[in-house]
Amino acid sequence: MPELLQFCVSGLTVGAVYALVALGFTIIYNASDVVNFAQGEFVMIGGMATVFLTAAGIALPLAALLAIVAAMAIGLALHRFAIEPARGASAVTLIIITIGASIFLRGLAQVVFDKQFHSLPAFSGDEPVRFGGAAILPQSFWVLAGAGVIVLALWAFFNRTLLGKAVLATAANRLAARLVGINTSFVVGFSFVVSAGIGAVAGILVTPITLTSYDIGTLLALKGFAAAMLGGMGNPLGAIVGGLAVGLLEALGAGYISSTYKDAIAFIVILGVLFVLPGGLFGKASVERV
Amino acid sequence: MTDFMKRFGRAALMAGAALFATSAMAEDTIKIGASLAVTGPASFLGDPEAKTLELYVERINEAGGVNGKQLELVLYDDGGNANKARTFATRLVEDDGIVAMVGGSTTGTTMAMVPVFEDAGIPFISLAGAVVIIDPVKEYVFKTPHTDRMACQKIFTDMQARGISKVGMISGTGGFGKSMRDQCLDVVGDFGIEIVADETYGPKDSDMTPQLTNIKAAEGLQAVINPGFGQGPAIVTRNFQQLGFDVPLYQSHGVASKSFIDLAGDAAEGVRLPASALLVADKLPDDDPQKQVVVDYKTAYEEATGQPVSTFGGHAYDGLMILVEAMERAGSEDPSAIRDEIEKTAGFMGTAGVVNMSADDHLGLDLTAFRMLEIKNGDWTIVE
Repeated sequence: MPELLQFCVSGLTVGAVYALVALGFTIIYNASDVVNFAQGEFVMIGGMATVFLTAAGIALPLAALLAIVAAMAIGLALHRFAIEPARGASAVTLIIITIGASIFLRGLAQVVFDKQFHSLPAFSGDEPVRFGGAAILPQSFWVLAGAGVIVLALWAFFNRTLLGKAVLATAANRLAARLVGINTSFVVGFSFVVSAGIGAVAGILVTPITLTSYDIGTLLALKGFAAAMLGGMGNPLGAIVGGLAVGLLEALGAGYISSTYKDAIAFIVILGVLFVLPGGLFGKASVERV
Repeated sequence: MTDFMKRFGRAALMAGAALFATSAMAEDTIKIGASLAVTGPASFLGDPEAKTLELYVERINEAGGVNGKQLELVLYDDGGNANKARTFATRLVEDDGIVAMVGGSTTGTTMAMVPVFEDAGIPFISLAGAVVIIDPVKEYVFKTPHTDRMACQKIFTDMQARGISKVGMISGTGGFGKSMRDQCLDVVGDFGIEIVADETYGPKDSDMTPQLTNIKAAEGLQAVINPGFGQGPAIVTRNFQQLGFDVPLYQSHGVASKSFIDLAGDAAEGVRLPASALLVADKLPDDDPQKQVVVDYKTAYEEATGQPVSTFGGHAYDGLMILVEAMERAGSEDPSAIRDEIEKTAGFMGTAGVVNMSADDHLGLDLTAFRMLEIKNGDWTIVE
C-alpha cells in the first residue's frame, strides 16, 4: 500500500505540471482556435530565466517574477509578430507557425542561456515529508498548490471580470463578440500572454524537482497536448483532470506494469479514451449551430 | 577581339593561380575530422570534446604542427543523431579528404560511422563509451574512454570489498544506459553478486520515484546501481534521497562531471562512482605517474574555456594526442601507416590512464585506469 501512495504522489506532482501546460493550450485554443505548440517553451523560459537570474544574484522571488514577465513578453511577441500577421490563415497554418516558433525559441535559448541542465534550490528545503509510508517533497506541495491557485484565479477571472467574460465571448463566437464591441485581436493577444505566464509559473515551480534545459519544452508540450486532448480540448476543467490523469497513468504504469513502456501506457490509454469518447472526457459533442 | 582574348587570358591565369594556391595550401596542412554531439541531448559530451580539439589543434600548430605541417580540424556537429553522423562521416571522407578521425561522442553515432571509415581505410578514434565499438576489434576503429564493461567490473569489485551481494539496478534506456546494463548483467555473476531488481527509465524522464519504490521493496537490498548519463542519474539521485534509502548508491562514469554534483545537490553525498583520474587531478599524490598529464590538461582547458573540466573532454585530448604521436612516428600522412602506428601505441599516458594497444586490443586500458570516487561535501574524494 505505501507503494500505491508513493506512485500517486509522484504521478500527481508530474501531472500538475502537465495540467498547467494543458491549461495553456486550452486558453489559447478557446480564444483563437490555435493549438500553440510553443507552450512547452514558455515552461522552459520560466525555469531557465529564473535559474540565470538567480545565478546573477537576484533574489528568487524577484527572479521568478522577472522570468514570468519575460515569458509574457515573449508570448505577446509571438502573437504580434507570428500569429496576428497570419490572421485569416487556416488553423493548420497557424499550428505550423507555432511549431516554428517553438523551434526558434529553443534555438534562441541555446544561445541566450546554454545547453546544460540546470536546477533551482527547492523553495522550502529538500527534507521529504513522510506520509503513510510515502515520501513527499515539499516542492510537490508548491507545485500542487501553485496549480490550484492558478486554476482558482482563472476561474475568478473568467467569471467575475469583464475582460474574462470578453475572452469567453470571443471563444464562443468571434464574430458576435466583435459585433458587441469586443476587440477580439486584443483578447487573442491577451490569451497568449496569460498562457505564457501560466507556463512560466509551471516551469519555475517544477525546476527544483525535474531540472530544466533548453529542450525540455518539446516533451512537456507533447504530454500537455495529450492531457488537453484527454480532458477535452478547450475545456479548462478537462485540462486539469487530463493532466493529473496522464501523470497518474505514467506513474502507475511505471510502477505496476513496466517502466520501459511508461510513455506508451499513458498514450495507449489516451487513445482508448478518445476512441470511446472522441471529444475527450469533458468534451462537448461538436455541434455547429447555424 | 584582342581585348577579349586579353581579358579571357588574364581570367584564366588568375583562376589557375587560385587553383594552384589552394592545392599548395592543401599540401601544407593535415586534415583531421571530427563529428561530435556539440548540441542536443549529448551536448555535455560533445561540447567539451569540441572545445578540447579546437584548443589543442591550435596549441599543436603554434608549436610547429605535426611533421612540419599544420593540422586542420574539420569539425561537424551531429547533435548526437546517428543519421547525421553517418552523412558527415561520408562528407569527411569524400569531400574534405581527412587522413584520420577523432570522435563520435556517443555509441550510437560511432557505430553509424564505423562502416564508412572501415570502407575508406581511415583510422577512427571514437570518444564513446560502449564496449561494442572495439569488441570485436575492427581494423581501423579505436577508442579512448573506459568501457561500460570495465565500469561494471570496477563497481562490482568495490561492492565485493564492502560485502554487498544483493543489488538493485535502475538504468537509462538511452544507448549508454542500455549497453552498460547488458554489460553489468553479463559480468555480475563473476563477483557473486545478484541483481534483485532491474528497472529502467527514459532518457528524458523527470521522475523516477515509481521505479525506485519498486527497488526499495526488493528483498535483502544492499546497494543500488544506476547506469546512465545526462540529467537522468541526477534525478535518480534526488529521488533516491527523497525515498529515504539506507543503502549506498553507485553511479556510472557517465555522470563524471561537476555538473552532476551541482544538479543532484545534497542528495549526491555518499554516491560512489568509477571515474578517470582527471576528476581528482589536484588530489592525486605527487608521485602518481598520471598527475602531470591530468593537471596540465585541466589547467589548459579551464583557462581557455572558463568551464570546469570533464572527463569527456579528456577523452578527446587522449584521442588527439594518440593520433598526433602516431603520425609523428609514422612520419607520413598515409592513413594506413597512421593506423599501424596507433595500434602500436604503448605506454601512452592519457587522462584516462596508461594506453597499451595491440592488434587485438584497440582500447588499451585496464581496470587500474579507473579510480573509485565518493562524493563528500560536494566534491570528489578518492576512496581507494
